[in-house]
Amino acid sequence: MDVLSLSRWQFAITTTYHFLFVPLTLGLSIFLALLETCYVKTQRPEWKRHCRGLIQFFSTIFLINFGMGIVTGIVQEFHFGMNWSEYSRFMGDIFGAPLALEALSAFFLESTFLGLWVFGWKKLSPKLHCACIWIVALASNLSAFWILVANSFMQHPVGYILRNGRAEMTDFFALITNPYAIFQFTHTLFACIATSGCLLLAICAYKVLQRGPAMAVFRQCLRGAAVFTVIGLLGAMGSGHLQAQYVAKVQPMKLAAMEALWESADPAPFTAVALIDTDKQENTFAIDVPNMLSFMVHNRPSGEVKGIKELQDLSVKQYGAGNYVPAVTGLFWSFRIMLAAGGILLLLALATIWMLRKEKNCPYLLWLLILSLPLPFIANTTGWFITEAGRQPWIVVGLQKTMDAFSPVLAPGEVLMTLVGYTLVYLALALAALYAALRYIRKTPARLEDWRDE
Amino acid sequence: MDLNILWFILITVLFAGFFLLEGFDYGVGMIAPLLGNDEKERRLMLRTILPVWDGNEVWMITAGGALFAAFPHVYATMFSAFYMALFLLLCALIFRGAGLELRNRLDRESWHTFWDWSICFGSAVPAVLWGVAVTNLLAGLPINGHMLYIGRFIDLLTPYTLLGGVTFLLLFTFHGAAFLTLRLDHSPLDQRLQTLGRRSGLAALLALAAYALMTVGKTDFLQHPLAVILLVLTALLFLSSWIAYWRQKIWPSFILSSLTIVMATAAIFAGLFPRIMVSNLQPEWSLTIYNAASSPYTLTIMSIAAACLVPVILLYQGWTYWIFRKRITEQDLEQHY
Repeated sequence: MDVLSLSRWQFAITTTYHFLFVPLTLGLSIFLALLETCYVKTQRPEWKRHCRGLIQFFSTIFLINFGMGIVTGIVQEFHFGMNWSEYSRFMGDIFGAPLALEALSAFFLESTFLGLWVFGWKKLSPKLHCACIWIVALASNLSAFWILVANSFMQHPVGYILRNGRAEMTDFFALITNPYAIFQFTHTLFACIATSGCLLLAICAYKVLQRGPAMAVFRQCLRGAAVFTVIGLLGAMGSGHLQAQYVAKVQPMKLAAMEALWESADPAPFTAVALIDTDKQENTFAIDVPNMLSFMVHNRPSGEVKGIKELQDLSVKQYGAGNYVPAVTGLFWSFRIMLAAGGILLLLALATIWMLRKEKNCPYLLWLLILSLPLPFIANTTGWFITEAGRQPWIVVGLQKTMDAFSPVLAPGEVLMTLVGYTLVYLALALAALYAALRYIRKTPARLEDWRDE
Repeated sequence: MDLNILWFILITVLFAGFFLLEGFDYGVGMIAPLLGNDEKERRLMLRTILPVWDGNEVWMITAGGALFAAFPHVYATMFSAFYMALFLLLCALIFRGAGLELRNRLDRESWHTFWDWSICFGSAVPAVLWGVAVTNLLAGLPINGHMLYIGRFIDLLTPYTLLGGVTFLLLFTFHGAAFLTLRLDHSPLDQRLQTLGRRSGLAALLALAAYALMTVGKTDFLQHPLAVILLVLTALLFLSSWIAYWRQKIWPSFILSSLTIVMATAAIFAGLFPRIMVSNLQPEWSLTIYNAASSPYTLTIMSIAAACLVPVILLYQGWTYWIFRKRITEQDLEQHY
């Protein structure tokens, strides 16, 4: 393999791995902040004790996850210069700014106040302590905003000019109000809430099934987690719909590819499943829902949606000869897997709320909650696959191609070595973290009872 | 003063802050498994940095981000030139960070031992690598007219650059020892810490002197009067820090060793100015604060942002250290919840 493919693999593995932890940091910090607000505000000693116990219990899981997020995040930042030096030269004037702002405005806050929160229980007043976790939650999500501003420019460049052989920023305000970024941020935020909600559901379900001394508390928490998940999932679906409509406008090729729509159509059908032949550029078999795609894109049953073939011709006219079609099969199925995962999780979360209305537990449902834990992570990964694979062959849509962006000074052997190295390190790390977290979850039933008001 | 110079200074400040703060973190990480005789002692030492190491590491991340934003060509050339070195650095930082986060989660001896040594190597390797990297900037690199590094990984390792690595390692060890002496209260470790501090201080002093002499010999340092003055000041500060440590004046010693690190960083950057990466093929191929910079517009935006945010950051990070000002005792090892 050449430096380009190896670098792409390396980046894909690092980002995917990093994004296993990020959603939990973003969502769990919000959940913990809400929990601590309850703890501070409530007057009922019973509730106070429960909230306090739950914060203590979940904070360990949060911290293990947070640590993993940090160490993989540093790799992320260094990657651009290490493996994508020509991208960094071409885009530095625009891309560096949100990255530096992310560090200045969010990372400092997040890490400093997390240290205060973890070690400051006895040193800060309850309100000040609660403020710390809110700052952590806000800062984490602010950091997500900055990095998505940077990513959105790659999808939909705004506020720039091509000068001195690179893209230069001309309008910072346009950069941070890029509609693409607003949609992407909203969608990501809700997806992160849903992901954390699913983790909370799985853990609480396990603790309820375990029938420990704190079962009642975890059953109570199950309700909160279910509501949290439903809010996340509904928000992710709604914002995802708006984002897809915007993608249809500014990245029609991505939309056509994820729908495997080869020919332009008016009205366009939504293809539920299909056998895709990318060589012949057709679907050999498909189950269509008539008018549905037009409806999804235009909010009315008719309206043109451009197909891959026409968009390819348009791109050739605009940018010169070349293949501008991304990986259609992968995109098509990724989108459907993401939708299906979201749908299943919504049903499960609603069923949980329904179950909690009665006294009795439904063990099958609780087991399903545990078993479905991979689903949100699969949905996140497929979602990012659509975003990133869908803009190929471009690294910055319309401005720079991926094949012009990698570091020319690297040898394939070097990149291969680091690719294997990172992958092994990530695997070892995941095992260690999982082991520590699982053991903790299994072995900590009594903690809730240990804690007394001081 | 134009914005390019301002950003050069700001990046110097960020690196100085990074070396100053992570310097003692790295030091503590290295010292803990070497000096601690039992689990309690190691835990006590690591406990001194647990609330703050993460916030300190952000200084490095910000320095990297600031390089990217203000001098993208430097970021691109440097990070791809130091590819293998940075790979090692990242692996080391991953194991260190994971170790600090995971070590106390299980009560098993093998688990503690594994992570303690991860933290130790994960602190020592970055200390050496940053020393090697910074010295390479001073020594000059084979950078061609297209701002591309045309050397190999092995070319980065010369006696001079390795001496740089060793100097950083010893400096941070002493800095960490001073920090630990300051932060631990009447611990049984006191005696061993004192011995370590004195010895590592002496070793660092000798290394620093040799490094300073080699820097004057191997680079064009003498053409930068300011850099020479700062270098002499660095040596004097460190000497006084070591003497203060000998005389058990730990607070002054720690402040002086902090100033040493800041002064050393300032000296190195002053020696580079206005270049950031020196080409040893053709002087005019060097990456300077002008040919490697972002557009004036981006620099303006970033200057406004930095002017607003950096003072606030200093305030709340300082406040954190104030909150955690009490010395660490064995009582702190119990659940902090």
